[in-house]
Amino acid sequence: MANVQSLQVYNCQAAGLSEIPVLSIADFRNCVIQHVKSGCRISSLFGRPLNNSNVRILAVLANDEAGTLFLSSADVEKSYPSLTPDCPQAHWFEREIAEQWGITPTGHPWLKPIRFHSSYRKGHDAWGRKSAEQIMPGVTNYFQVTGEEIHEVAVGPVHAGIIEPGHFRFQCHGEDVFNLEISLGYQHRGIERALIAGPNKRTIHYMETAAGDTTIGHTTAYCQIFEALCDCNVPARAQVLRAIALELERLANHTGDLGALAGDVGYLPTASFCGRIRGDFLNMTAIICGNRFGRGIIRPGGIGYDVEEKRLEELKGCLAKAAKDVTVAVNLLWSTPSVVARFEETGVLSRQICTDLGLVGVTARACGIDRDCRFNFPSGIYQFAQVPVSTWHTGDVFARTYVRWLEIQKSLAFINNQLEMLPQGQIVVPLDTLSPEKVVVSLVEGWRGEICHVALTGSDGRFCHYKIVDPSFHNWMGLSMALRELQISDFPLCNKSFNLSYCGHDL
Amino acid sequence: MNLISIANSVLAVLLAPLMFGIINRTKAVFAGRTGQPLLQAYYDISKLFQKGAVYSNTTTWVFRAGPIVGFAAVLAATVFVPFGGLPALFAFKGDFVVMVYFLGLARFMTVLSALDTGSSFEGMGASREVTFSALAEPSFLIGLAAIAKYTGHISLSPMLAGINAASWGHAAPALALIGLAFFVVLLAENCRIPVDDPNTHLELTMIHEVMVLDHSGPDLGFIIYSSTLKLWLLGSVLIGIIVPVHSGIFLLDTVSSLLGMLGLAVVIGIIESTMARLRLLHVPQLLLGATALSILALVLVLR
Repeated sequence: MANVQSLQVYNCQAAGLSEIPVLSIADFRNCVIQHVKSGCRISSLFGRPLNNSNVRILAVLANDEAGTLFLSSADVEKSYPSLTPDCPQAHWFEREIAEQWGITPTGHPWLKPIRFHSSYRKGHDAWGRKSAEQIMPGVTNYFQVTGEEIHEVAVGPVHAGIIEPGHFRFQCHGEDVFNLEISLGYQHRGIERALIAGPNKRTIHYMETAAGDTTIGHTTAYCQIFEALCDCNVPARAQVLRAIALELERLANHTGDLGALAGDVGYLPTASFCGRIRGDFLNMTAIICGNRFGRGIIRPGGIGYDVEEKRLEELKGCLAKAAKDVTVAVNLLWSTPSVVARFEETGVLSRQICTDLGLVGVTARACGIDRDCRFNFPSGIYQFAQVPVSTWHTGDVFARTYVRWLEIQKSLAFINNQLEMLPQGQIVVPLDTLSPEKVVVSLVEGWRGEICHVALTGSDGRFCHYKIVDPSFHNWMGLSMALRELQISDFPLCNKSFNLSYCGHDL
Repeated sequence: MNLISIANSVLAVLLAPLMFGIINRTKAVFAGRTGQPLLQAYYDISKLFQKGAVYSNTTTWVFRAGPIVGFAAVLAATVFVPFGGLPALFAFKGDFVVMVYFLGLARFMTVLSALDTGSSFEGMGASREVTFSALAEPSFLIGLAAIAKYTGHISLSPMLAGINAASWGHAAPALALIGLAFFVVLLAENCRIPVDDPNTHLELTMIHEVMVLDHSGPDLGFIIYSSTLKLWLLGSVLIGIIVPVHSGIFLLDTVSSLLGMLGLAVVIGIIESTMARLRLLHVPQLLLGATALSILALVLVLR
């Protein structure tokens, strides 16, 4: 029954915009809830303006086991009964829809802005704010706990380290945290709005900077959309080099995270070594494209730079050396009891909460869930060369650390393998114009987790809507849940084990 | 009163910041770095003394008094501690209790000025500091009581003078237990790993550092100076027990004590390089463990 009400597509498969069923809001709710109950999760849920009065809400539901995506939609004018009470993972998406389009999901348990901008639909505001009213990030009501010995700790938006801005409110009883509320939006740049009527010269640069540490992930997701809409085939050599770049990004960030986790517990050797080795991995990306963060390598239709034999040899040499170094540095962690004792049973997230909230990436795999787009929704070279999914079952900081280490090993093996049998041939193909009236969903497993881009083209073959969901968008709520009943002094460590993006969330 | 013993305090004031330099250099070697200059703490302190201070409107005179009273109290405590070939400047019955309470006064002022800011971070830091020092103090005092019993003196100079190489021959277990307990106290009192991490920038995990976040300029300079002095002070007591060279030759005694301090700084550096911090909940267990060691030592000498 559910299938009748939704359109089934595959990752990076273009479908006609008119093929997406438009349901009544009751049927739409039912469709989403039934899909989630039967094992799907919400990959994306967003609204787009249809005409002056209506907003069309589109849900992208992912079935990890089958590798299929379901699209369904409904039209809403001012309000609709909220999905969140029946389907908690819609929580953040519904707040986003309310903020962007001034639509009230009635019955939403905690309806607050997430990015603190005025509504995109003039005259509609979910909180009845006047359009001239200045909206300050973080200025809102927060969850309060009262009682004896309860105290509130506010951290940020300006932090002691060189990190991005975000505001954290802890409700504590002594050293115990009852609740953590996270308020973001300080990095909101309006990327999604700026992509409309694209693609143009700027589009690729927006993608490369949507989340600066996930340049390759987001750019790959965008390029896959472009290519699906042009119905072009990317040359094999480009596909392999794209995957190598994506894995190098994963290696650099995972290594940096392991070092930072060691630093947060005051364990010096791994912290120092991994900081340097992260740089080695970034330099390898620079060997390919001249930029340490992979800017300029992924381009629609292929890649921006070919790698000749000499540089391939250099890359192999550097990789072998870094692989040796990172193995020594990280194994120090597991052989030091004081470090393992600190990681274990800190910030435990149950598998149930992880499923309910639809968390993705390392966080989900550290709860024992097989959720990896490279495996579940393979695109590019991952359709032919699989990377085994790395999981651990304990859901604590240790699990999130250990999964990163397992993935480092798998990525190293993958890159070595691919470098051995790098196909010859061209690296980029010319692209046509985009086909009109289409919808494409592109999923990429970035180093943090699932990156979901959804593009809709209008009759002129330009983007009439573009939606980006960074893995952080799903996972911030997971951090909040992991903090419950935890010691407040363990927050920095727990936070680091998630290492979520602020700008990827704020866009 | 032996006026020449004022040299002990002068030596402490002159050399204490060097301990930080040695610890940091040791850590740098383990991390494969060159590390900061050995004299970095001196540079930092002199730089801070040349700066102006910023005071928030919510603070009162307590906040301004905290650092200077703290520094004065720690400096005053140094006159009770013998070092190398010289006895302490002041020695009277029960002087070690006065010394411990001078350190207590310094802590009390730091805590008060932290609370004076009204910041939730500093309040948390103050509560942690008080909890942990209340657990560290018994260990130190019981350890001193054991030494008093062993040597038959209740003044720090004769107590430490009463320990020599021969004592390690027949009372090694008790002295080793006391040495270990004092070492744990020294790490806890000076916010070193595994109790606290002096290098962290994460306010939520800090104990001591978070209490001084609002201090700046000369105030911060005094705070850093008094923390180096405190390390020197507790280090001198510990070295007095584990490197008891009392040859009567002034130069030999002093040089061996100085070498002991050097070794201590290196050991602290090695510990900070090879182990992680304890979870905050487990710190009391470590401190209670130190107290148990002191009690055991006391039992051994009472026997």
